Amino acid sequence: MSELVFDHLNVWFGEGADRVDAVKGATFTVPSGASFGLVGESGSGKSTILRALVGLVPTWSGTMKVGGVALGKKRPRSFFRDVQMVFQDPYASLHPRHSVDAVLSETLKLHGFRDIDKRIEKLLDDVGLGPAFRFRYPHQLSGGQRQRVAVARALAPEPSVLLLDEPTSALDVSVQAEVLNLLSDLREERGLTYLMVSHNLAVVSHMCEEIAVMQNGEIVEVMGVDDMRALSPAHPYTRHLLEASMGYKSDEPA
Amino acid sequence: MSAPDQDEKLLDIENLTVTFPTRSGDFQAVRGLSFSLGRERLGIVGESGSGKSMTGRAILRLIRPPGRITADRLEYRGRDILAMSEKEMRQIRGQKISMVMQDPKFSLNPVMRIGDQIIEIYRYHTGAGKRAARAKAIEMLEAVSIRDPERVMRAYPHEMSGGMGQRIMIAMMLVTEPEILIADEPTSALDVSVQTQVLRIIDKLVSERGMGLIFISHDLNLVASFCDRVLIMYAGRIVETCDADKLHEATHPYTRGLLGSLPQIDKPARRLQALVRDEAWAETDSVSGHK
Repeated sequence: MSELVFDHLNVWFGEGADRVDAVKGATFTVPSGASFGLVGESGSGKSTILRALVGLVPTWSGTMKVGGVALGKKRPRSFFRDVQMVFQDPYASLHPRHSVDAVLSETLKLHGFRDIDKRIEKLLDDVGLGPAFRFRYPHQLSGGQRQRVAVARALAPEPSVLLLDEPTSALDVSVQAEVLNLLSDLREERGLTYLMVSHNLAVVSHMCEEIAVMQNGEIVEVMGVDDMRALSPAHPYTRHLLEASMGYKSDEPA
Repeated sequence: MSAPDQDEKLLDIENLTVTFPTRSGDFQAVRGLSFSLGRERLGIVGESGSGKSMTGRAILRLIRPPGRITADRLEYRGRDILAMSEKEMRQIRGQKISMVMQDPKFSLNPVMRIGDQIIEIYRYHTGAGKRAARAKAIEMLEAVSIRDPERVMRAYPHEMSGGMGQRIMIAMMLVTEPEILIADEPTSALDVSVQTQVLRIIDKLVSERGMGLIFISHDLNLVASFCDRVLIMYAGRIVETCDADKLHEATHPYTRGLLGSLPQIDKPARRLQALVRDEAWAETDSVSGHK
């Protein structure tokens, strides 16, 4: 029961003449247990949709539903357990002076768990880090290990929805493969629902069954991954993105 | 510039080593690298920490003490870079060999107008007059597809987006018409469509002016489609070199592993191949990157 529904979602920043409409009339549905991708260039509003959903942007209108319940100004307590987010840059999203143990136990404590000790061991094991990592600080971890800690933190309250904001764009390709495999396995084991933002079309096509393409705050196309793999998108902008992501071609007109 | 000689060696490097002393002994970031650069697009790929950026910095002698650069040979058109005085180095840096860094945020002076920064570089290296330098700066900004260059000339770096900042950096580095451009991940902060524009500008300079390019990147597909030749680095050494268009036929297990870990749009896979490292890769002698 973790279907996500977005209906005519508008998000804006600023007021009056300074108002910027970051998301305009976004409408799409992520079925429970599915993996949905949002792609587009920087400034197209893809991350803003995630931030509006978790409540980091208060200025929005339209409808957002999680598991059939419409979100209002104040989110119910259960929302913060069910929906968790993994951020882009593991170098910035972990507190430099909190050990892995502190990060995880704080989250668990806040959500009222009792068997914290056992849960931390289980979480570290789930994301492929051994117990040896428990008392390390972020600077003692590599980029991939940090992102695993960020995933473990997101998994701590046992959510049903994970919001992934460019989870691998700060990582090397070899480490990216490990983290993407981990995310695929976790989804399979726990039936999680993923909403993933990325500018890398190959990553999104690997992870997601359905993909929405955004440009200037609007969704220009929603397509199945097979259409994308067949390189047969309907919208010219999607085609442009696909071509550009396939590498450099010197014969294209400027 | 006179007709460029295709085979001329712009850079000739033999046994380059970059060493940093640490509490637990010396750490070698680059270990015995040998390669040469002609008037071509040379790609250097590898993971973070493989020494590819350090190689670029060592060529310009931008390694700060206590870091040390040693080499049997480090020559720019037959001149020994390691033997030059700081004053001579300043004539090389920016004028003969330019470097575009990854992040424009840290490479532009935040409290100086963009126009003044470009004009300063141009006048320093060419001794041109104010008006000529200004005209040249505007021309360069236009060349990197910046709309309204007059406005950008008056702007400060924080007023620019990442993509514009990167193009301004490139304009600034190319205003002196260098013979070698070292581009360290020049497009990794850019959107794909801006990336194509920036690459096209660099491509034009190589093919029209005979500039030599060292293109440092971790994006294998991009390097394969953009460069002429590729060096693959691992743990400070070259493990393999090949023609860029044959990168997908590379044989070294490390290169194969990197290629295999990339998700591909047209070839679905349930799981991505994880890279299994072999300690022997780091111990094998560096492959020569001479043509």
